[in-house]
Amino acid sequence: MKKEVRRETKSPMEGFLRMDRIPHIWCPGCGIGTVVTSFADALKKSKIDLDNVAVVSGIGCTGRVAGYVKLDSFHTTHGRAIPFATGLKLANPDLKVVVFSGDGDIFGIGGNHFIHAARRNMDITIVCVNNFNYAMTGGQVAATTPLDANASTAPYGNFEFPFSLPYLAEAAGATYVARWTALHLRRVTKSIQEALAKPGFSLIEVITPCVTLYARRNRLGDGLNLLRYYYDKTVIEHGADTRTLDISYQGKLVCGKFVDKERPTFLDAMDEHMIKILGDKYVRYGD
Amino acid sequence: MVYFGNVKPIKGKIHIEKDRCKGCAFCVEYCPKDVLELSEEFNVKGYHPPFVKDEDECVYCQLCESICPEFAIFVTIKEEEEEGEKGESRP
Amino acid sequence: MKADPKGVLTGSHYIDGDYAIAEGGLAAGCRFFAGYPITPSTETAERFAERIPYVGGVFIQMEDEIASIAALIGAVWGGKKVMTVTSGPGFSLMMENIGLACMMETPLVIANVQRGGPSTGLPTLTGQQDMMQAKWGSHGDYEIIALSPDSPQECFDLTIEAFNLSEIYRVPVFVMTDECVGHMHEKVVIPPAEEIEVVERKWYTGPKDKYLPYKLDKDGIPFMAKAGDGYRFHTTGLTHDERGYPVINAECQAETIPRLSDKIRDNADKIIMTEEDQIDSAEIVVISYGITSRVAIRAVQMARKAGMKIGTMRLKTVWPFPEKRIKQLAKKVKAFVVPEINYGQVVLEVERCASGKAATYHVPHLGGWVHDPNDILKVIKEAAK
Repeated sequence: MKKEVRRETKSPMEGFLRMDRIPHIWCPGCGIGTVVTSFADALKKSKIDLDNVAVVSGIGCTGRVAGYVKLDSFHTTHGRAIPFATGLKLANPDLKVVVFSGDGDIFGIGGNHFIHAARRNMDITIVCVNNFNYAMTGGQVAATTPLDANASTAPYGNFEFPFSLPYLAEAAGATYVARWTALHLRRVTKSIQEALAKPGFSLIEVITPCVTLYARRNRLGDGLNLLRYYYDKTVIEHGADTRTLDISYQGKLVCGKFVDKERPTFLDAMDEHMIKILGDKYVRYGD
Repeated sequence: MVYFGNVKPIKGKIHIEKDRCKGCAFCVEYCPKDVLELSEEFNVKGYHPPFVKDEDECVYCQLCESICPEFAIFVTIKEEEEEGEKGESRP
Repeated sequence: MKADPKGVLTGSHYIDGDYAIAEGGLAAGCRFFAGYPITPSTETAERFAERIPYVGGVFIQMEDEIASIAALIGAVWGGKKVMTVTSGPGFSLMMENIGLACMMETPLVIANVQRGGPSTGLPTLTGQQDMMQAKWGSHGDYEIIALSPDSPQECFDLTIEAFNLSEIYRVPVFVMTDECVGHMHEKVVIPPAEEIEVVERKWYTGPKDKYLPYKLDKDGIPFMAKAGDGYRFHTTGLTHDERGYPVINAECQAETIPRLSDKIRDNADKIIMTEEDQIDSAEIVVISYGITSRVAIRAVQMARKAGMKIGTMRLKTVWPFPEKRIKQLAKKVKAFVVPEINYGQVVLEVERCASGKAATYHVPHLGGWVHDPNDILKVIKEAAK
């Protein structure tokens, strides 16, 4: 039983979290909590009205983020957070919609939805926590698992070639793509700020320690060992060619902001086109 | 303490939610002033939470607060707290 | 409240069932459509895409049916009335998220213009083979409402009814039509907007910090909010309590399932719509729905001419199934004859409710066309023996 402690001051995260659900379910050394703190910081610094922010998650460890943030939040089905966010944004374009989900959820089962939302330049921000496996279900191999890494469904090592997420995002048409690790706290915050302020489809990939599954199965140690690996092997190259960003097992991690370009969003393109074709007869969306 | 004109180094006061800590030691490792260390005591879950080894060295960089995955540690500015302000000591 | 005139195409039209569904949606206030083309339902999507720029809303063709239904649910939580249209294969794809819609208690309308199945089946030909799937398609225990129009006019009327029912009961409602009705051109009269009743969503208007997303109101249905209004609510597909927070234990499950199901089961009498003819004196009752009911009329006329006492019951609402009425009739009549374009689906429900008190005869047609009235007449004669 926790003793009731009289506090003179409260943690600044308490206004942002559903405190009746804390402590959260993530493992010791898991980086998701860190990414949530970076996210909260970004929202604070952006001075966005928090009533206007909606968080949509899929299924998985990172999917649980929706349940812990004190915003309008939706914990949807596996892989379908992005189309859900699409519908939410199109129904209320004033909302800032953030999809907070994991690599397996967004790029495995949700891969098709990712590329189409990027193609359409939906005005949503994706924070993808990449821990290189399907953690919640026990550490199975994912589309991002590096070659030769161990996973529960690749017990002899992974022989499948993984995605390079920034490469995929750029090819699909995303207008803002950045990759950091959970250790790059302030840079993750800055990237999320920039993505929220920028209309269009943004992806921020955050490489995060997964101690209980990925690190354990690969004998990589605990959270600190993984953070030290990030520190040692990260190279920051803003604007790097996304074709060169593959991650080999325990290899170099090229981080930075790779894509930051302008393209009309889905709703802007729709309005512009319909006005051109229908003129005065077009009832602009929202009227 | 050396004063350069009106510049005074900020000092931080660290608050630790011991029972929420899961002993990951991120704060200990990445504190730039080496202010924290894992204690020998156990919290309710059986982890070793950190303790403030050297309170005077904290410069309010807030890195421990940003990196903690458990939302279990945060910093307030020390000077203004000593002046009697309660809980409003964050810029 | 009255319909928004912007979406109501008042007048007499000669359109097919698919177009009538689109017009019904627009009249009911639907301003978001996320769909995927599939024969024989594509015309509804095309019509909606054509009309929506003049009405004000969004049409988006998603990458697949799974994305369509996910986008629909998102749009409902963003505050809009939504619909989509599909057929058998798309219906199957949508099932997981239909379960999500039921669990989150999300009002939406899905029209299924049924075709021959299973799998790719007969894409351009009729069937009524998804009737059980409408009720049992997704995993887990839940209740939905399914309506069955028999003409383009009814496609229009029942789509509006579907929207109203979905808002009242916060549940997905299916308009189960079929390729025949969908592609049939008939006169559809669309009344002026003031004559169309639409139901507004049950919005929560109380204090922000006291909002519990799944706290039941007196009528067994919780108040709904939308993202952006400052209620900071959470909702999930996991079994959840009143606060919307996941609670993973048997006790919470024991409260959740009745919350999802009882609102339909307890209100079945208000929801069920059937059309009965000459039931009181009937020895045999022909139960049918959709296009088959129009074919059955001919068979019943022939049987009545031959002096038989035949009653008809046309199901406008297939789910919830009119159990009470069938049980009542089973005590009086000799037999039920159920023609349908499948290998035995709604007939199983009739049989279950009759519980042996009246015989149940099935008149199957496996799909691709409608019954020959003589086949139905043959079974009626056999039932009379």
